[in-house]
Parts: sequence; C-alpha cells; structure tokens
Amino acid sequence: MTDTTTFQLSCPMPKFDFDVITLGHGSGGLLTHRLLQSGVFDVLKNELLDQQHDGASFELNGRTAFSTDSYVISPIFFPGGNIGELAIYGTVNDLAMCGAAAKYLSLSFIIEEGLSMEAFWTILNGIKQAVNKSGVSIVTGDTKVVEKGKGDQIFINTSGIGIIHPNAAIHHNRISVGDKIILSGNLAQHGIAIMSKRQGLTFETDIVSDTINLNHTIKLLLDLLGNKIKFLRDPTRGGLASVLNELAELRKLGFVIEQSLIPMDEQVEGACEMLGLDPLYVANEGLFVAIVAADAADAAIELLHKDANGINACIIGEVTATHPGKVMMKSSIGGHRIVGYLTGEQLPRIC
Amino acid sequence: MKFLSEYRDPELAQEYVKELHRITTRPWTLMEICGGQTHSLVKNGILDMLPKNITMVHGPGCPVCVTSVSVIDEAVWLAEQSNVILCSFGDMLRVPGSKKSLLEAKASGADVRILYSPLEAVELAKQNPNKQVVFFAVGFETTAPANALSVVHAAQQEITNYSILASHVLVPPAMEAILSDKENIIDAFLAAGHVCTIMGMEEYYPVAEKYQIPIVVTGFEPVDLLQGILMAVKQLEKGVFEVENQYARSVLREGNLMAQQTIQKVFEVSDRVWRGIGSIPQSGYEVNEKYKSFNARLKFNIDIPFAEENKECISGDIMKGLKKPKQCSNFGNKCKPEHPLGAPMVSSEGACAAYYHYSVASEDVTINIF
Repeated sequence: MTDTTTFQLSCPMPKFDFDVITLGHGSGGLLTHRLLQSGVFDVLKNELLDQQHDGASFELNGRTAFSTDSYVISPIFFPGGNIGELAIYGTVNDLAMCGAAAKYLSLSFIIEEGLSMEAFWTILNGIKQAVNKSGVSIVTGDTKVVEKGKGDQIFINTSGIGIIHPNAAIHHNRISVGDKIILSGNLAQHGIAIMSKRQGLTFETDIVSDTINLNHTIKLLLDLLGNKIKFLRDPTRGGLASVLNELAELRKLGFVIEQSLIPMDEQVEGACEMLGLDPLYVANEGLFVAIVAADAADAAIELLHKDANGINACIIGEVTATHPGKVMMKSSIGGHRIVGYLTGEQLPRIC
Repeated sequence: MKFLSEYRDPELAQEYVKELHRITTRPWTLMEICGGQTHSLVKNGILDMLPKNITMVHGPGCPVCVTSVSVIDEAVWLAEQSNVILCSFGDMLRVPGSKKSLLEAKASGADVRILYSPLEAVELAKQNPNKQVVFFAVGFETTAPANALSVVHAAQQEITNYSILASHVLVPPAMEAILSDKENIIDAFLAAGHVCTIMGMEEYYPVAEKYQIPIVVTGFEPVDLLQGILMAVKQLEKGVFEVENQYARSVLREGNLMAQQTIQKVFEVSDRVWRGIGSIPQSGYEVNEKYKSFNARLKFNIDIPFAEENKECISGDIMKGLKKPKQCSNFGNKCKPEHPLGAPMVSSEGACAAYYHYSVASEDVTINIF
C-alpha cells in the first residue's frame, strides 16, 4: 500500500506546453527533450542519470542478479498504487526473490498519444516514491510514443541489477521433503483491488493493492537464516497455484497446503466468491512464498511478524514425498483436491 | 464476513458425513443438477468423504456445457460483424464452436467483452450509439430475469442498438428428459438452489410424484451440499419421495415473483437443442413477439448452417449421468481445458473440468501434514 504521508512532492507539476502526450514527445526532438528535462530527469535525478548518456557506467562488486519485466496493467491507477510504483516494486521484488538487493534500474515508457500530462506526472511521482522507498536508482531509460489505439495509455518496462546477499543460496534444487511453505501475507489482495476498478465491475470495497517493495524484508530474512531460506518467489501473475505447480513439477515433489491456514482478508475472500474467482490463481504484489528448512520456519515467521510486510505471514503447508509433481490442498472441511495450473485467463463464471 | 464461514464449518460437515455413513444401508445414485454444485463437491473434496455406496452423478446444470455448437457459431458470427460489440459472461468465451471460440474470434480482432451483468451491456449501447451491442444471454432460469430486465430497460429508454442472443434453458424439462430415458440410473435429485430461488419449488412436486423420486432443493456451500445429500438419502432409506428445501435461506416455495414476471414479460417458452442431449421440447426461453426488435437472431437475420457436435465428446452421457468424466477415453489426454473437445471441459462448472482440476479420487489421499 502506498504510504502517502512519507513523501511530499518537491515541486508542483511543471508547466508543460501540452495537456496531453503527443507523438512529438517521442520524436527525439525538442518536445522529448522538454519532457525529459522538466519531467523525468528532474524527478528521478541521481549522479548516474544526470550524466544523460546513452547508458550508465558503474562498478559492481559481488555476485549479481539481473531481471526485467514489462508492466501493461489496466487500469493504470488502482486502489493502493499506480503502474509506476508497480513497475519499480515489481523488478525490485524479482531481484529480491533471487536473494539480491536491487541497486540500479532502467526505466522505459511506451506511451499512447493522448495520455494526459497529469496522469504521466502522477505516474512519475509514483515511480519516485517507489524508488526512494526501495533505495534504488534509475540510471538509464527510454521514452517512446505510439499512435492512439496502438497501446493502452502507458506501458512501462524496467530492468534491474542487484548484488546477491552473501548468505543467500536460493535455488529450487535445494528444496527437499519436509521443508515448510511460508506465505508472507494475505492472498489475492492485489488482483481483487484491480478487478474492483475494472470497467463495469465497480463494487464498493476498501480493498487496496498490496504493491510494495520486499527487498528490505528479504534482506532481514537472509541476514538471520541465510541458506535455510531455500527458495523465494513472488506469486504475481498466475498466483500461488502457479508458483507451487512449477516447483512441484521441477522438483518432482509433492506440495501440500492447507486451505484453512492460507491468510486472506475477509473482503477479498467475499469478492472472490462473488466474482467466481479462485484466490489461488489471483495475482499478488508485495507478497512472497518462501520454502524454508523445517527447523528455520518458526524463526522465519517470528521475524516476518515483526516486519510491516509480513504481519500476516503463515506456514501454509509443506513439501512431501507423496504426490510427486502435484500440488494438493486440504479443504477447510477436511476433503482434498488437486490444485492444477490455470488454463488461459481466469474467466468469471456465469452464475 | 459471516456468510461463508458457517457454511464451511468443518465440525458440522463432519457431523453430516458421520450421519450419512450411519444411515446409508444400500447403494444410491444421486444427481446434483447444477454445475455450481458439481464444482463445489469436487473443489471441497466432498466426493471422497461420502460413503462408498453413494454415487454422485453430475447433471446438466452448467449453462456453458449445454449451449449447443450452433449457438456458439451464431455468437461468433455476430462478434465478427464489423459494427457489433458482443458481450458475454466470461466462461462462454472458451467454448469451442464448430470453427472457433469467442476467445479466438476476439484474438482475431472481434470486439468481444466480458461483462458481469447484462445491464452493463445496455449502458455500453448507450455509450456507443453507432455500434450494435449484443448480449449473449445464456443460462438457466437464474440468469433469465436479469437478461429480460436488460431488454425492458433498453425498451424503456428507447435504445435501439441493443439486442440479445437468447439461449436460455430450463431445468424441469431436462430433469424429465433424464428420468424418462430408459437408461436412467438416478435415485434422487439435488435441485439447483439458485434456479429455485427464482422459480420456486412448485414445478418439482409433479416431477417427484410422477417419477417417485426425492428432490431436495440444495445450496452450494460444502455444508449445504452435505445436508442436501443427507436429506435425500434419508428419504431414499425411508422409501419416500418428497420435495424438500435445504436452501431455505434463499428459496421460497413460490420463488421470486417479481423475477418471474420479468421473465414472462420478455420471454416465451420454446424448444431448445441441448449440447450432447439433443432437442428437448419446451425447454428454453426465446425473446417473445412483443420484444422481437431486441432479438439478435431476427435483427441480424442470422442464417448459418446447423453444426454437428464433435463426435468424440461424450458430453451427453456425462450430463445424463451415464458416464463419469474419467470413463471417457479422451479425458486428460486428447481433451484438456487448454484444448477441449466439448464444453464440459471448458467451464469451471463443467463436470469434466471440475474433475480435471480438482479430483483426487484416483489418488492416494492420506495427507496429514500437521
């Protein structure tokens, strides 16, 4: 969730010559220059970006992780955040799941002409806020503008590099029978926050996206438990079910979870029922799954409960030798079911 | 939120399960009518908790599954008309027509939108006066009132660029079709709670009487289903056949009269082809004469050849309860949710999809992790 109290804009929205982004802003000419100078560079300024070169040059020490992701979310503004924050937190978190502390990010916009300057400015400030919170720097980037109808308001790509924690040994190969499956917080929060604002789907809730940076939380976990943390993954698209299925398939082990142990906000649970969506397949941000050695699981939970990003963390299951390659769930009434992959997009049910 | 947890109470569920085990003396075959019930049975692992001699077969109550190939073809044809926005409930999009699904039509550029309510489609028509907005009005009696209401609203507001492609189906004729089939194996029905919320229970008394079969109107949560099964088995063990109401928190004997009036205002009962079952007389709703200008079939003069169903799909046997999904030789190999041969593998309420996604019936389920 965005904490708006910690961040104040240092300057009001600059006076641009246009109310909306036009093709000219992506031409590389004067308009591009103005947009970058009074917008991007000014807001995101740092030593490396200020060089305004074709790329950034710097030195890195230690084992390095590298990740990239593109953000095409609709709507671009949603309860708890916007596409800009998401683009930063997403890549910061992907690096965190590798056990790395994100350091430098690239930032590329593909903007559909007609996007309002105000929207762009709000997104840019979302980016700044996320950058500050995560402790990273934007060091290079790009801006393109496409014709109306060739995009969906704004797409953002970020790539990032970060230094891997010296104690981290994160690899699915290290997962073994008896390991515990930890979920760091409430399931399906982000996906349902987005759904609640999609066209034609407005229902009254105060569900907000959980989009947030996880790098500081992961660092604390790795500081304390090092290689006892065997695997980390943020269950974004495809949700928790997809992460566990991928692991079950890769490791040829069983992943057994218990429905009653999965933390969920009551409103989110109700919305999932109403919309006919299975929360196990709903996208999350600011949430991670950790596969942890059994003897470290309680310590991990204790640490997470003290962290703002892990207050609701729970052990939700364990890795088993039975049901190899499958994810099983014990239902809240005591039955069992297989949790499979999602086929295509999760489509709402008729009735 | 106290509308979920009390119907998922593990202790109460276990009590019903114990009672079922205690009273069941003979093998019984029960059919749950509604796909939502099938889904809940499998998703909550209830099938594995029942006594071995109780068999649940999964009825024809998934609107996605029973919509015929030809109707899907009509929807795809409409979606591909240059000036049309075709609106549909989500899970109709993946159902294969004879050539393609709505999802494939969408990927090729057709304007297909997923909506939760037909009233949103009327709004869309208002916002797009130069487009024709068509709502794909499928479903049982449950979705009929809202679909009818969308037509009433459009008529009141004189919105002329809105119409519906109606493919409504009715539960009681389908039950009778199953019961009068000479291969019928069903001993009792769990009637569909949501359908009865609209239509009430009156239609079921003659069916129970004529075929001497217990009918229990049942809800969708795990505790609802277990209680409904228990009520039906109690009747069977006693040798009685009554219409009972497990879902009394939602279903009145007379149903929702206002909803029924809305249906009657816009629709008339018509024959309908059911996927896998064939034509059942007087088993569907079509837009009536008064509102014919809102009937997409007439408005667009749809004239496409009748399409045969995929012969490899045994959906008819599945929906009549003659076969279980896993008894189909194509199940899980040639037919999967990502490339379904027939509709029951598509919808989340389809019996085949429910088995494919959730069922552990053939697995070792000795899980005790904590």
